[in-house]
Formats: sequence, C-alpha cells, structure tokens
Amino acid sequence: MNNIRKSVSKLFLATLGMFLFGFALVPLYDVFCEITGLNGKVTGPTYGEYENVGNREIKITFTTTNNNDMPWFFDSSKSQMKVKTGEQNLLDYVFTNTTDKPMIAQAIPSVSPGKGAQYFHKTECFCFEQQYLEPGESISIPLKFVIDPDLPSDISSLALGYTLFDITKEQISKQASN
Amino acid sequence: MSAVIEGHHDDHHHGPAKGITRWLFTTNHKDIGSLYLWFSFIMLFIGGAMAMVIRAELFEPGSQIVSPEFYNQMVTNHGLIMVFGVIMPAFVGFANWLVPMQIGAPDMALPRLNNLSFWILPAAFGVLISTFFMEGGAPNFGWTFYAPLSTEYAPPTVTYFIFAVHIMGASSIMGSINVITTILNMRAPGMTLMKMPLFVWTWLITAYLLIAVMPVLAGAVTMMLMDIHFGTSFFKAGGGGDPVLFQHVFWFFGHPEVYIMILPAFGIVSHIIETFSRKPIFGYDSMVYAIASIALLSFVVWAHHMFTVGMPIAGELFFMYSTMLIAIPTGVKVFNWLSTMFKGSLTFETPMLFAIAFVALFTIGGLSGIMLAIAPADFQYHDTYFVVAHFHYVLVPGALFSIIAGAYYWLPKWTGYMYDEFLGKTHFWLSFISVNLTFFPMHFVGLAGMPRRIPDYAMQFADYNMIVSVGAFLFGLSQLLFLYVVLKAIFYGKKATGQVWEGAQGLEWTLDSPPAYHTFETPPNLEAGEAKG
Repeated sequence: MNNIRKSVSKLFLATLGMFLFGFALVPLYDVFCEITGLNGKVTGPTYGEYENVGNREIKITFTTTNNNDMPWFFDSSKSQMKVKTGEQNLLDYVFTNTTDKPMIAQAIPSVSPGKGAQYFHKTECFCFEQQYLEPGESISIPLKFVIDPDLPSDISSLALGYTLFDITKEQISKQASN
Repeated sequence: MSAVIEGHHDDHHHGPAKGITRWLFTTNHKDIGSLYLWFSFIMLFIGGAMAMVIRAELFEPGSQIVSPEFYNQMVTNHGLIMVFGVIMPAFVGFANWLVPMQIGAPDMALPRLNNLSFWILPAAFGVLISTFFMEGGAPNFGWTFYAPLSTEYAPPTVTYFIFAVHIMGASSIMGSINVITTILNMRAPGMTLMKMPLFVWTWLITAYLLIAVMPVLAGAVTMMLMDIHFGTSFFKAGGGGDPVLFQHVFWFFGHPEVYIMILPAFGIVSHIIETFSRKPIFGYDSMVYAIASIALLSFVVWAHHMFTVGMPIAGELFFMYSTMLIAIPTGVKVFNWLSTMFKGSLTFETPMLFAIAFVALFTIGGLSGIMLAIAPADFQYHDTYFVVAHFHYVLVPGALFSIIAGAYYWLPKWTGYMYDEFLGKTHFWLSFISVNLTFFPMHFVGLAGMPRRIPDYAMQFADYNMIVSVGAFLFGLSQLLFLYVVLKAIFYGKKATGQVWEGAQGLEWTLDSPPAYHTFETPPNLEAGEAKG
C-alpha cells in the first residue's frame, strides 16, 4: 500500500510539473525566437552607432497591412528604400482613424527573412506603443533604423512588415477590470 | 446469494451487483474495461456517421448536401471523437481488462479512481456533442484547433469544447496514473520487468507519454480560454502574442499523442502474431527497447507538423532527421513481427488476419510518413489529401485494426463465447478491401494538389473522390457487421475453453472463459511453472 501511495504522489507531481512546463514554453519560445530571429521577431528600440559604415547596399521593402476589418488608413511614406549598412535612415508612417469613434490600435512588426531580423535595428519607432486616435484624427510617426554591417552576406534585401491591430475592445475591458 | 440475509458485506467477493448500479458504482477492472470498450464502440459509430456525411458531401464536386459551415463542424468533431473518444478509450478498455490478468494482479491499484476516470468521459463527450444544438454550432476549427481560428474566429461554443478537452485530459491522466501504479507495484512474484507481456510494456510506456503530454494540452486550452475570456495575449498577435506558439505547444502534445494511439496496438499485434505463429515473439528485448526509443524520440520531432510556418533551415533539418530516425525502431518492430511468422505454424483465424493486415498497411502509412518528413517535399504535401491518406493509414488499418484484432482475440476470454469464424472472416475481407479503396486513392489526389478540409474540389479529382466515397460507405457498413458478430457471440456463441487458442501464452489464458469476477486474489506462482507467460 505504501508503495502505491508513493507511486501515485510521484506521478501526480509529474502531471503538475508538465502542466507548468506547458506554460513555461511561452517564455522559452520568446527567448528562443529572439536568439534565432525565428518568425522575424524584433526587439524594441535599440541604440547603436556604427563607426565602420559599410558600403553594402541593401534593398528594404516596407509593407503595411490592416488586420481583419480594421478600418484605419495606415501606410508608410516610402514603399522601398536602398540603404547603406551602418547608416541612419528615416521614414514616416501615417495613421488615420477613418471612423466616427475613438479607437486604440497597435502595429506589430515582422522582418523577413527571419534570419535578418536581428540585424535590423530600429533606433526610434512605435513598435510596442499603442496609438489612441479621436474620430478623423491623423498622426505621422517617424521610424529610424540602421542595418547592422554584420548582416550575413547572402542577404541583399529585407522586408519590414507592419500589421495594424484594433485593440480598442481589449483596452476597454482591461480598464474596466482595473 | 445468501449474503444479504446473513448481513455480510461480502458480496463483492462473490459477484457483481445487480442492475444499473453495478455499472455506475463498479470498481471492478473487468466491468470498467467493458464500459470503456462499449463506450468506444458507440463513439465509433457516432464519429463514423460524421465521416459518412463528409464522404457524401465529397461524392461529387460542388456543394451538395451540407453547408460549408456544417462540413467544418463534421471534420472537426469526426477527428476529435475518433482520437479522444474511440482509439484512446478502446486502448484504456484493453488495459483495464488485460493488465491485471496478464501480470497476475487481483485488480487495478486504484479501483475508485478507475471508476471516476471512466464516468467523466461520457460527460466530456456529452458536453462536446451538445454544442451541435447550440447557437453558433459546434467547434469548426479542425481537430488541431489552431489559434486564432479557435480563439478570435471561433464560435461561442469553443468554451464548451475547452472544458470537454479538460475533462478528457483529466480522465486520461487518472487512467495513466492507475496503469503505471498497477504495473510497478502489483506484478506477480517472479515477473520481472523484462518478463512482462509486451502489451503491458506498451501500456506502461504509453501511460508515461500520457502523463507527460496531456497536462501540456490542458495548458494549451487553458491559454486559449484566457485569451478568449480574460484578455491575455498568448496567441493574439495584436497583443504581442504569437499564433505560431500555439502550434508549437499543440504539437508538443500532438506528436507523442500519435504514439499514444499506436504503441498499445504494437502490444496487441505482438500477442496475436506469436499465438497464431505458435512461436514466442522474435526479439522480445529489442521490441521493448524499440518501444522505449519511439517514445523518447516522439518528444523531439513535433515541428515536422509545421515545416511551412517559416522555421530557420537548421530547425527544418533537425526535425527532418529526428523524424526519419523513428523509422529505425519502427522497422525493428516490423521485421520482428515478420521473423516471428517466418517458419511458424501459421493459421489464419480472424484476429491473425487483422494483425497481418495491420503489419502490411501500417507499414504503408509509415512509409508515407517518411515522405512527409522530407522537409523540402513537405511544402508540396502540406495540408493536402496526402496527409489525410497518411494518418488514416496509420490510424484506421493501424490502430483501429489492432483494436478489432484484439477484440476478436480476447472476446472468447472476456465473454466466454466464441464468435462466428465465418462472419469474422467476412468482416475482415470487407474491411480490408474497403479500407484500401477509401484511403489509397487519397494519396493520388493529395499529390495532385487536392487540399484537405474543404467541402468542394476541382473537377479533375472527381473520379477518385467517388471511389473513395464508395469505399468509405462500404467500410462504414462493414463495421455494422462487426457489431452483429460481437452481439451474436455474446447471445448465441458456442462456449469457449479457458485456453481458447492453441498457441496462446500468458497468464490470462490460465483462467476460465469468462474469468471469475475476481481473479488472482492470491498471485500465481510463476517459478512453479503455473504459466508460461
């Protein structure tokens, strides 16, 4: 009987441990993605200046997408740029709330190919900020970025995509619960 | 029974209680085994009826019978019911009946937990099936319930689905704790681990797999629940989460789950092949090591289900090679079965026919699995009918055939009555022909590019789909014959002997057919040669 009790408690603890492990996969996955650049995940603003400005020319494509039926107008001032590695570059993104209600939105970035994500340094951006706009309001936000001269030589072009999500509902329910 | 008159509380020493309470309150491993097996049988016909709706819709191109929305609900619930409601409970039923009898134990280690783990299962499926009658309809996002299909775009009934999965998971985990505890603590003296029957070995390892991954599945659906109702962003890209994370968590559960559904089949088939070859299994030790290595490898191959999500090359290579590695222990098993049959005194009773068909057809499913494991080729096969053909070959003529084979093999032991051999063989040949008619052409339409989970298809796939549908209807009808054969054996069958099969080895065959309600209350003495198991 004693042995049975011992087996059961060990197995119960193992079950509990695996349940927690399931949740531990979430931060583990984020760390793993950051190290490998998996899924083109990018970090927030970084501050880097390069003395050895490279002379490689990289083609950067900018795309903007509205998730689902997000009604805002969302676009970048340039759709394509040719930049030198290590140089500071600037472009603007325009957000317009075309509806008659105040809304909150968030744009989520992604770089492809994923391998290049960690060499795409944004020195000033709106990456992880929420935009609150009154009906009809419009803003333009600058994005500054540098391409790391260490960018692997087999990459000659990168694409930076932003997807705009409507998070008004989530924000309201979050405030209600606070 | 005089127990009542004398006021003794000893009726559980003699026989089962009468009426419905016998089944509701039973803690007897044989009763609970039968409950699991009948539950699984009923669910087979419910899930099968859904498959018939799917094949009727796909009989001709165009939208014919059901709406696309309802078709999606059919596909989703067919998958969920067949995986969680048919294959898994059937194997748990086998484990309940056989594990105590094969290791010489009086019952399972935790009989009350055993009762609970069965009776929450009908509740779980009641919850799941009730969603068909609710506003918004049943879950429609596929049995893999990828986020955001199952979160942001899901019907409101997804919450019922989540709780149903929680309950199924709890049932499996309790069952596994019970099986492991029984096997580790209650073996007859003299039965060392390396003398255990192979079915017991496969279940020991399966139970460990279940304990390792069912909690992860519970975690995944809990995260979905929180995303839907509590404003978290585990899988919501808009809040900084990642839908691809869902696929990683799901397949970390999902791939070991695939082996949970096939390892006990390996055990059943091993017993049947050695019985009807009248030879002990070839390479017992290598069989055990093969099962263990398949189980270990199953934890490091999950991302081969998602080659197309955009992984780094190194990741694709790792998951491709680790997946291919599984072919080695699986090949060991297949060749051991062939070597067991080689120069054996073979006879071909119904269980043996199903077992041989299992070896042949499961191998076809395994080989198409190797094709899918080739990462660059998978971009062509991904989400086509080739994948559908592959996993149906390993699950229908694989897992399901082994369950049918085991049912024929142990039915005389369980019920005490022989089934009708002629009808059994008829059932086999009908199933064998129709299963191939159903699933083999799916390889061709899949390679030609027919996508899965879509209720309509392009004209060039019409002929093959009609053949597939005819095969599916025939396979569905053949299983009604199986039900008839089982019922006929129970009500009109000839008495079976204790030994039943001439070549059968193992402790369960030393008992009467049917065995007494309580068996091995004093453990058998293995050293004295009471059993050859």
